[in-house]
Amino acid sequence: MLSCRHIIDIEDLTADDIMSVLDAAESFKEVNERRIKKLPTLRGRTVINLFLEPSTRTRTSFEIAAKRLSADAINFSASTSATVKGESLADTAETLSAMACDLVVVRHKYAGAPRILAEHMDAHVINGGDGMHQHPTQALLDLFTMRERAGRLEGLTVAIVGDIVHSRVAGSLVPALRAVGATPIVVGPPTLMPARPEALGAEVAFSLDEVIGEIDVAYMLRVQMERAEGMPFPSIREYSRLFGMNEVRLARMPAGAFVMHPGPMNRGVEITAGVADSDRSVVLDQVNSGVAVRMAAMYLLLGGEPGGGAA
Amino acid sequence: MAVLLKRGRVVDPQVGLDTVADVIVRDGRIVEIGSDLTIPKGVTIECAEKVIVPGLVDIHTHLREPGFEYKEDVATGTRAAAHGGFTAVCAMPNTKPVCDTGSAVRFLTERARAVGLVRVHVIGACTAGQRGEALAEIGDMVAEGAVAFSDDGHGIVDSGMARLVMDYAKQFSTTVISHCEDSALVKKGVVNEGEVSTRLGLPGWPAAGEEVMVARDLALAELTGCRVHLAHLSTARSLELVREAKSRGLSVTCEVTPHHLFLDETALDGAYDTNLKMNPPLRTPADREALVAGLLDGTVDAIATDHAPHAPHEKALEFELAPFGTTGLETALPLVVTNLVTPGVLGWADLVRVMAIGPRAALGLPEMRLEPGAVADLTVIDPEARVEVSPALFESRSANSAFLGMQLLGRASEVLVEGRFALRNGKVVD
Repeated sequence: MLSCRHIIDIEDLTADDIMSVLDAAESFKEVNERRIKKLPTLRGRTVINLFLEPSTRTRTSFEIAAKRLSADAINFSASTSATVKGESLADTAETLSAMACDLVVVRHKYAGAPRILAEHMDAHVINGGDGMHQHPTQALLDLFTMRERAGRLEGLTVAIVGDIVHSRVAGSLVPALRAVGATPIVVGPPTLMPARPEALGAEVAFSLDEVIGEIDVAYMLRVQMERAEGMPFPSIREYSRLFGMNEVRLARMPAGAFVMHPGPMNRGVEITAGVADSDRSVVLDQVNSGVAVRMAAMYLLLGGEPGGGAA
Repeated sequence: MAVLLKRGRVVDPQVGLDTVADVIVRDGRIVEIGSDLTIPKGVTIECAEKVIVPGLVDIHTHLREPGFEYKEDVATGTRAAAHGGFTAVCAMPNTKPVCDTGSAVRFLTERARAVGLVRVHVIGACTAGQRGEALAEIGDMVAEGAVAFSDDGHGIVDSGMARLVMDYAKQFSTTVISHCEDSALVKKGVVNEGEVSTRLGLPGWPAAGEEVMVARDLALAELTGCRVHLAHLSTARSLELVREAKSRGLSVTCEVTPHHLFLDETALDGAYDTNLKMNPPLRTPADREALVAGLLDGTVDAIATDHAPHAPHEKALEFELAPFGTTGLETALPLVVTNLVTPGVLGWADLVRVMAIGPRAALGLPEMRLEPGAVADLTVIDPEARVEVSPALFESRSANSAFLGMQLLGRASEVLVEGRFALRNGKVVD
């Protein structure tokens, strides 16, 4: 059981909630390694993946997670939803609510959209990414992966590097790291920084090279050109020189330090192919953990209710 | 018809009045102010414990007609104005079509004469279609009675264009109202750039986006000699710039809104309440305090509502998609009384200064005085009347108020426009 009804902001979860999700994910991860990867836990429950912004990875991850828990998972995507016909999100919420679904996972172009859904329906809501705001299950799976690789979370120093201002991943990961006793540092050019990164709980650095020798994790972000207005740096070449993760920088990281990326990666921009494919990169572990963590989140939101069953 | 207002506290600093007295109104004019007055026949209103002031005026109202009658129209907007204690409003030109021709001014003037409950002064557009590209027919609009000119809703980003507007408008001795927003800086900003924009993941609207245009328009006012009024200033620095300009004798005035005076960005939270989305956005608590200080030291000439009605379906959208604006006509006076007058921050004479005298002077509207012979536009305020801000309160067609849920104390009980009741005993009189 979690203390919250929805997972919309990472701050909805207490530190105990976060640990509950990570611990539950451990057991689901084991299930995912079996030949028959299915549990009856959420049989008869309906999960709707309402993806109003293009997404393949996250939607697929949630869909697999729901199906492995035996929930009926239905995908709504932007091209098939009523929103393109001018229906408001509130009406969409009430329509879905009238169909008696139990959980809605929402991905939306605009910040705050999951809150609108939650206000207009009885179902639980998981934020699958809203605008530039938050992406809490990504933060949870990142914590899971860090704990798995480093053996701990408390005391880790994590540099989140690149396009911070447009990153909902950073929006959730920074407070999540704070909650578990790690130290987040956001690193990037000022043109890709939010106005007050310290408001999220992050330290700020404009030079990757200054911090590279002292970090346990380098968390690389993609530059979201589609959200930027105009070019926020002179060239990709210069950006890559200043903020890209390459073999030289990798060598300067402390022994045991590793590299993460939420995907999709732009090889040659924020990360070289050599680093991405090296054994210091845990990018695919993140993807793998994602399914287990989302199973845990769904289970803990729905499982505590009548008919929820147990893992 | 004669009206006798008995034993009210009559406050008008224009004539040095602040005393308990009776006021007799007949044939649209104030005929006598004194003690123990009687009238042979007519209506007597007991005004003990109430305050009688020159009619309040809102110089920044969006009546939405023509084009957006589903949000508001002249009839509902002026009812809301009367309900809020105003005897006059100034209608902004961002209607559909934009009020940018003499015939559009005449249309609105005629609509106001036909269905308006309070006076409606028309503000014309500075540039054709408010596009910032070419002058609108300002002379023609002046001839039809337009009182001021504004591209409100948009800043005139091109400095050369802004200068042209001021240079041209100067010949008519009219006022150019500047909406200070540099769109190149503001871009898609929807909340104050800072902690809140960071936390909520919303595009930031930086204070500098307003301040650079305040500084520019003050420089252009000096260059052109045109009278310039700065609308809805929201930051401490903007007021410092105006304070400095006034100290040098520039002919500039400015207004602040109730929402910037009584709310700040800390009201925004994870609920993403779109009723708190306005342009300019709610600023920091320090900015809010600076606006109050500006009211006290005279830097701010007027409180103006920027009454911006929107339909429920428009506000029930994602924060970034919902339109800017809050309604304000029916909450402005209760907010000022509750938050400034009752606690003793402002006196009643100060309220008159910023809600009746200052705004009229800013746009060169005829003065409304409490003295025999004057036109009887006046407002009676009951400082003890309770106001619960809920959708049921509003005469406006829209209920998108940033103040929903507040309990306020103090509101207009009577409004007389040229001696006729527009509001009586707190109820709108048709």
